[in-house]
Amino acid sequence: MEVFHLILLIFILACAVCVALTKNLVVAAVVFMGQSLALSVIWILLQSPDLAITEAAVGAGVDSLLLFAALKRVRAIDREAAGKRGEADAPNGEE
Amino acid sequence: MRRTERNERFHRWLSEGDTRLDTMLAEEYDDLTTLKHVYESDAAAAEETSRAEAEEKAREAASAPLYTAAQAHAEYDVPQRSRALYLLTALLLCAGMIAVLVFISSQLPSFGKSENPANNEVVERYVEKGMEETGPVNIVAGMILDYRAFDTLGESNVLFTAVCAVLLLLKLASSGNAPRPAAAPAETEEDLILQRITRALLPFILIFGCYVILNGHLSPGGGFSGGAVMGAGLILYYNAFGAAAAERFFTIRTFRVVSVSALSFYAVSKAYSFFTGANHLPSFITAGVPGRIFSAGLIPYLNIAVGLVVMCTMYGLFTLFRKGDI
Repeated sequence: MEVFHLILLIFILACAVCVALTKNLVVAAVVFMGQSLALSVIWILLQSPDLAITEAAVGAGVDSLLLFAALKRVRAIDREAAGKRGEADAPNGEE
Repeated sequence: MRRTERNERFHRWLSEGDTRLDTMLAEEYDDLTTLKHVYESDAAAAEETSRAEAEEKAREAASAPLYTAAQAHAEYDVPQRSRALYLLTALLLCAGMIAVLVFISSQLPSFGKSENPANNEVVERYVEKGMEETGPVNIVAGMILDYRAFDTLGESNVLFTAVCAVLLLLKLASSGNAPRPAAAPAETEEDLILQRITRALLPFILIFGCYVILNGHLSPGGGFSGGAVMGAGLILYYNAFGAAAAERFFTIRTFRVVSVSALSFYAVSKAYSFFTGANHLPSFITAGVPGRIFSAGLIPYLNIAVGLVVMCTMYGLFTLFRKGDI
């Protein structure tokens, strides 16, 4: 159990650093979602099921959905998808 | 004799000339067709590029108000030395902050010791007399909905106010004279996988949410977590089946009626804390037998009210961001 705890904590740390460092906003939102999920497992291990349910529903669910909706609204998702397409198509010409 | 020979030669020359002409013509024709092809493909390419440019321009114009950090960085040309200074300062500040945080957390009392300052008479009272005084088996529900019910009322009001603020901002932005920057609510695409999965999962999500709310005084959970689960389920439905399907059962009217009546019920049923201070009046709803579903006084009903407010808030915030309206 101690090892499992440690793995989860390291995962959370890695996720936090990743969110801070990544340039892609969509990736940041997804990583944040994963961090919340690991955090909810930690709440269960700390015998706090109330918080675990709330963390899973709010942190991993609604919060990330709101982030995605906000990104959609400022067109960050569209722009990033367009950027990816442009990079992929440039060497081959259009397909 | 000579005449016939000359005749023959002439005829041969003629026919050779014919074939030569034919081949020449054929070559010319080939050239022309290839030229035509080249010309056509050039024109198509030019048209393609001009269209792509127009699209790019339109996209840039659409996202013009967004001033990205990269642009800012490119435009604001920092001298090399001050950039190095900036990096050094940032690194030093970060290291200092980390050192302070690590030092403080190393000075914290260790988890779960009996002599910790958090372990005082308040906690003792909550743990020992909580069930007896408030009724719920889940002592957390007794704390947040009885001892600290006033705080929870404030929390619910904060959520409600947040939705009102977002509604005001987005509605004002959309009803002004200027055309909406992020208009054209992107209608969700029909996704067969998402729809099937949603159809299978949604009943379980909603029932789990109801269970968490209704059983909040007996098991872990309560209004906030259950409401969040149900709100997430509704958001999933919205994403799978689109705004039109979701509007069949949830409109701005539903939001108004449900949120306001739930908040008013909460406020009315806990308003006496204003007048009585910390010790609440003996309620006519008795605590009942701990462990029964109808027990713990007002707590189950307050849980339902909080759950409804949270569910409406979560779903309302999402739809507001998604299409600018509930």
